[in-house]
Amino acid sequence: MAPDRRGFVAAALAVLPAMIWSSAALGAAAARVHVVRLNKMKFGPTPEGVKVGDTIEWVNDDFLRHTATARSGAFDVDLNPGAKARIVLRSAGKIDFYCRYHPGMTGRLIVAARDP
Amino acid sequence: MTWNFPIAIVAAGMVAGAAYGQPAFQPTDPQIAHIAYTAGQIDVSAGQQALAKSKNAMVRDFAQEMVRDHTAVNDQALTLVERLGVTPEANPTSTALSSAAATKHAELAKLNGAAFDRAYVQNEIAYHKTVNAALSGTLIPSARNAELKELLGTGLKLFQAHQTHAEHLAQQLH
Repeated sequence: MAPDRRGFVAAALAVLPAMIWSSAALGAAAARVHVVRLNKMKFGPTPEGVKVGDTIEWVNDDFLRHTATARSGAFDVDLNPGAKARIVLRSAGKIDFYCRYHPGMTGRLIVAARDP
Repeated sequence: MTWNFPIAIVAAGMVAGAAYGQPAFQPTDPQIAHIAYTAGQIDVSAGQQALAKSKNAMVRDFAQEMVRDHTAVNDQALTLVERLGVTPEANPTSTALSSAAATKHAELAKLNGAAFDRAYVQNEIAYHKTVNAALSGTLIPSARNAELKELLGTGLKLFQAHQTHAEHLAQQLH
């Protein structure tokens, strides 16, 4: 059985770097796309577990034109009825956002730092 | 005040009875659709008048928003009534709204510059307050069709946002 075991270890060793490399690549590519839908004069639920580098896709299901505008100035997206648009989150923290046309429409994103 | 007076009567008549659990005027769905559509058209016309007369960028932005939003709601309302096979039906409330609007339109036509801007925005505040009271006090509770009720509910949220916007604008104009 010794040769088999050696073969197994050799194979495992050969595969190991690939596994390490791919998990690293996976980590780098783990930025996600979160969808926030707007309808009936409201922002839908905001996603949890949002991290720096993630994308927010705003989808306007309403028949009214809206914006998704960060109070910090981090983003300002104009959304015609039926339109969708994406932004990438560049920094961690709480981001309060609203619609410039209908300021009663508000929401908050909580963006966590990405693990090193 | 020429504007607020007849509208106040309409609104009072619609809302007063509701407090006692028995609305004085219980409009049917075809009447509700007509009132809501008329109210929207009035604000579209007012916005167009402001776009023709005002040179103030904030007022123009606001007017543009009124035209865009109210047109969108009315398009939605038309699609809905067509689908439901409902024919909007004229009634004393929508007639009173239209004639009060014509009076106000003529009054505003005589004003220019900052005086027009202030009068237009003040009227938008008063108008949205009245329509919102009618929506929440009479039109929404009276609506029978669920989709109509829902559209009116979205309309109410929208008009409340407009009222807030108009109030902020009024502060900036002073």
